[in-house]
Amino acid sequence: MKRRWTLWIAYALLAAALAALPFLVEQNLGRTWVRTLDFALLYIMLALGLNIVVGYAGLLDLGYIAFYAVGAYAYALLASPHFGIHGPFWALLPLGAMLAALFGALLGAPTLRLRGDYLAIVTLGFGEIVRIFLNNLNAPVNITNGPQGVNLVDPIRLGNWSWGRSQSWLGVEFSSAQLYYYVFLALALLIILASLRLENSRIGRAWEAIREDEVAAAAMGINTRNIKLLAFAMGASFGGVSGGLFASFQGFVSPESFGLMESITVLCMVVLGGMGHIPGVILGALLLTLMPEVLRHTIVPLQKTLFGQVVVDAEAARMLLFGLALIWAMQWRPAGLWPSPTRRRELARRQQPEAGP
Amino acid sequence: MNQAAVPLLLAEGLGKRFGGVQALQDVSFELRAGEIFGLIGPNGAGKTTLFNLLTGIYRPDQGHIRFAGRELGGRKPHEIALAGIARTFQNIRLFAHLTALENVMIGRHGRTRAGVLGAVLRPAWVRAEERAIRDHALQLLDDVGIASRADSLAQHLSYGDQRRLEIARALATQPKLLALDEPAAGMNGAETTELKTLLQRIRGTGVTLLLVEHDMKLVMGLCDRVMVLDYGRKLAEGLPAAVRADPRVVEAYLGAEA
Repeated sequence: MKRRWTLWIAYALLAAALAALPFLVEQNLGRTWVRTLDFALLYIMLALGLNIVVGYAGLLDLGYIAFYAVGAYAYALLASPHFGIHGPFWALLPLGAMLAALFGALLGAPTLRLRGDYLAIVTLGFGEIVRIFLNNLNAPVNITNGPQGVNLVDPIRLGNWSWGRSQSWLGVEFSSAQLYYYVFLALALLIILASLRLENSRIGRAWEAIREDEVAAAAMGINTRNIKLLAFAMGASFGGVSGGLFASFQGFVSPESFGLMESITVLCMVVLGGMGHIPGVILGALLLTLMPEVLRHTIVPLQKTLFGQVVVDAEAARMLLFGLALIWAMQWRPAGLWPSPTRRRELARRQQPEAGP
Repeated sequence: MNQAAVPLLLAEGLGKRFGGVQALQDVSFELRAGEIFGLIGPNGAGKTTLFNLLTGIYRPDQGHIRFAGRELGGRKPHEIALAGIARTFQNIRLFAHLTALENVMIGRHGRTRAGVLGAVLRPAWVRAEERAIRDHALQLLDDVGIASRADSLAQHLSYGDQRRLEIARALATQPKLLALDEPAAGMNGAETTELKTLLQRIRGTGVTLLLVEHDMKLVMGLCDRVMVLDYGRKLAEGLPAAVRADPRVVEAYLGAEA
């Protein structure tokens, strides 16, 4: 009983901290950091989606960002002056998720027989195909507006409330980024819950079985084709949700946002954090969104004080440190920064030779 | 023997060719419900090919496989598992990074039905199903004698326990026929004796057993009937004692224990 109490208190404190966070951040660090926080939540959702494909089902997907793009464009095209359609956000978000899931299954279908490196190459290609399509579908009929992207995408609206500008409620002034924070947080929590429940379910176990041994999985009566497609579709649907949120938050989408580098970044979040382990993936997503911002604000002033000039620009330094971090992780934390307990146990075992019985 | 009974599995004129090698030619046999049937033969005789035909890894070039009234030739492995044939693997194929319990729980996949929506929303029936899966899996681990290792990763079990876990996982699919590909390979004498007791107990629960095995002592002591393959053809079939006395079998096995 006592444990239950402390657990509830811990939850309440966590909830209060999460609710207060955007205000603390805005007061102490400024508004851009609230935006960074919003992006961190977006990437948590993306990384958890990819975690289903890569972490659970063991299918290396290098084109994952395509589903983010599908979600983003689905919302942008149906809620902007581009076509003059202004659909309601709350209906378009699930639509975008379903559309992304459909794309996930469609792009997954031809890759079913591929594994490992080959799968990675083909998915990488698919990711690029989607981006290039978005880039070129402005002629002969202008659908995506090509490289210029879609502008003036509607912000989230609920009745008279628009997330696009500051609102005051109960005497408290909420900035747009703060308003978005709460929506993103709610959806991120939903996605975390869904991931947790999927992990400990018949479907989650089937994904892990396929990751471990496809032949043995089939011998257990698992329809490996359907279960793989389901992994692609589920992962993609999380990506689609994040995409829709991104489009409404940013107010603008263009193919540039959905390049290979983005896919790799999300993959790094999953791998660096701890493949298949939800807390690890969240940690990875947080680190890889917050660290570059920290660097951006420290690396240039630091160089100015040290050398009197900027030797390495912020972007180059970011990539350099990113690479170093990955090499460090490969060497010292091969299972990720926060691996699942079983995975950690297994690595610990491997390092110390097993004692005979 | 009771010849009138409808066989559980009936294979007729099975043939399989790999390039220029006729791995299996015109092999016919039947499995009767409740028996332990041994499949033996020298290396390269086609035992594993036949096993792979029965479990859907390969599709037969010729012939039919009827199982419990249904044609199985050319079906996919998961369909065959759902039809009621479970298998173990010659070179153990467990889900190495999952616990023993999870391995067996996965075996329940085909007999349970919670989908994505069920998993995420977790209504009462899904919670009940999960409990039933877990209880059933624990029971099976207990049945094969490794209940105490339920939370160990499969790869950390001893070799003999891994073999047991594979059997428990196969039984979780509720098979009518359990097909074992060299279950005693790599086992010492004591482990083989324990395995024999376990297999007899499984037969006692009404499961038919097909045993592909090198260990002649195990085959002769355990099986009700034995079939011998040599160069992809059926050489002999019958009671173990009769098969062992068959001069053609002795010749095929010359140099081996017979």
